Amino acid sequence: MSRAEGSEPLIQTRRLTKRYDTLTAVDHLDLEVRPGEIFGLLGQNGAGKTTTILMLLGLTEPSSGSALVAGLDPTRHPREVKRRVGYLPDAVGFYGGLTGRQNLRYTARLNGLTGAEAESAMAAVLDQVGLTDRADDRVETYSRGMKQRLGIADALVKAPDILILDEPTTSIDPLGVVEILELLRTLVQERHLAILLSSHLLTQVQSVCDRIGIFAAGRMVGEGTMARLASLFGDGSAAIEVDIEGTDAAEIKRAEAVLRGLPHVTDVVAPTGRSTTWHIAVRPATEETSVRSAILAAAVGNDLRLTSLRPLVPSLDDIYRTALHRRGLADRAIAGGKTAA
Amino acid sequence: MSAETPAVRRTRQPKPAPKPAPASAPLPAEVETDATPRLPAGWRIIASKEFSDHILSVRFFVLLLVLGLAAAIPLYFAADQIRSVAPQASGSRAVFLALFWFGSPDISILTVATFVAIVAPLLGLAFAFDAVNGERSEGTLPRLLSQPIYRDDVINGKFAAGLAVIGLVLVAVVLLISGFGMLRLGIVPHGEEVIRLAAWVLATFLYVALWLSFGLLLSVAVRRAATSALIGFGIWLVFTIFGPLIVTLVQGFVTPGGNATADQVLGAVQVREFISRLLPSQLYADISNVLLRPDFGLKNLSTPGTIGQYQQSQQQIPGINSLDQSLLLVWPQVVVLVALTVACFAAAYALFMRQEVRA
Repeated sequence: MSRAEGSEPLIQTRRLTKRYDTLTAVDHLDLEVRPGEIFGLLGQNGAGKTTTILMLLGLTEPSSGSALVAGLDPTRHPREVKRRVGYLPDAVGFYGGLTGRQNLRYTARLNGLTGAEAESAMAAVLDQVGLTDRADDRVETYSRGMKQRLGIADALVKAPDILILDEPTTSIDPLGVVEILELLRTLVQERHLAILLSSHLLTQVQSVCDRIGIFAAGRMVGEGTMARLASLFGDGSAAIEVDIEGTDAAEIKRAEAVLRGLPHVTDVVAPTGRSTTWHIAVRPATEETSVRSAILAAAVGNDLRLTSLRPLVPSLDDIYRTALHRRGLADRAIAGGKTAA
Repeated sequence: MSAETPAVRRTRQPKPAPKPAPASAPLPAEVETDATPRLPAGWRIIASKEFSDHILSVRFFVLLLVLGLAAAIPLYFAADQIRSVAPQASGSRAVFLALFWFGSPDISILTVATFVAIVAPLLGLAFAFDAVNGERSEGTLPRLLSQPIYRDDVINGKFAAGLAVIGLVLVAVVLLISGFGMLRLGIVPHGEEVIRLAAWVLATFLYVALWLSFGLLLSVAVRRAATSALIGFGIWLVFTIFGPLIVTLVQGFVTPGGNATADQVLGAVQVREFISRLLPSQLYADISNVLLRPDFGLKNLSTPGTIGQYQQSQQQIPGINSLDQSLLLVWPQVVVLVALTVACFAAAYALFMRQEVRA
């Protein structure tokens, strides 16, 4: 078991490419996912996420380049790879006439698990996804979110080293999403899995992933932790939120003048209504720490009753748009309707 | 069953795959790396799951009912007829088999064999038309293929399960008919009749297997189950009901005028025979008649290919074929049925292996 070593990547691709007749679905992709890590593959529909996943599972052959999953080439050893990878497909389906448990039992048997071994594995994963009570109901009576959770149980029943989840949170209500993301976190901690998840929902990826790869038109346009992506693709500005006591007009005017007077502050948005939160924009982003110190000093000097001060992490939405824009891919990737900022 | 059809490149691991351990067997010696526990033969697991799905499905009961009725109605007439002619027929070589081809004296198609010939294709289609596209539309195919199995395990397993179910249904129906015959007529089949009956069941099984593999092909080629069902049943209708009409139609076109030479007449006959030999329903009807009726004349078969054979068959004195003669007579038809089945399955297999996993 390579589990204990920790540092060897469980998923590794080198210049992985998939071409269809005219379309290049995946273009020279380099990707690494290590055990104990959640990697988020972020991209619009049609960006090549699912194609990448299918290549990792050996269900589609790459046109060029290579992939190693659990140390094996999925094209040449598909069964061994699939034995060690749990996969939750996009829009997962189950046999509606069978119960949740029967569906899992089928998967367990296909993975060589039978008898008591299989039953205990099934009970464990059903408990983990919170479906124990409904396990013996037919799947056709399940809600979308329950099916999704059953899908995760189905991917886990083979005790995989790697979990690949394709759009695990689509069409689930917000509460369900939180549950699923928490479950993934727990799994990584408990089982030290490597998780690769794809999504087009930025905020969810942001909240659960250790590292993120931004994927557009088959290419990885940016990859790394949130902080790294922010420094790479931030628009060069940073933001700070400040809470200052006092909501009457005179006080607000005075505070605004003080804050606007600080160096590197490009904009100040005063609170409205009963809120006390100020929004301060800083440019360049590298001056963000010095501006924070300056705000503290100014608050002391001008008798502003500061109650809190915090830097704002740039949201993935902004990073995503900038990343696409900078690579000149925005037009291609964002088809119709939405426009890049 | 061709579990290992070599049509498409496969990537077997160099070591022989560990044989599927029976459920009770202890852990076999591990030949794989420690990370990969024993992997069972995927097609068997898929087949056993599909089989139990079929057995419990509504369509299984409906088909059993339809086939049972299709057999029961002509059986009722046949039994009456046989009872009335039995005294003269004593000493005949196959009184028991008459149950299957005897009918009402007024309605010629009202025999068990004819009804089975009409209904049997439905049996094959019903268990295959949604085999693959059903999994696609339910979204279970990607999940199934991401399990440690080979891709052809899916189609092999489904075909095997279909064969098992139709075998079960056919044997059950024939046993029911035989039981009824023994009870009502008091006739017990003798040795040769049992063999003929078994051969007939086998031939029927083959015929249904052809429709099963055709249904499987449709389920791979057509995206929607409803469409593949419609196409399947449409073609069934064309072959079963309109098949003889097609032959007649073609015959009308190719029949030479009154002053034709012998060669021209023969040519026309050969064209007609060729067409009818392409019709699976005609092939099965030939097999069925020859196997069930030892006295069935050669001239009614669609086999003669030369003018000599044709003349011979015209002049044949009515007689009784022995078992080996009957088997010899139906051999070409059996071969064609097998060939058609293999062709359909191979097409379905190749198509499935090349298809994208994504819907």
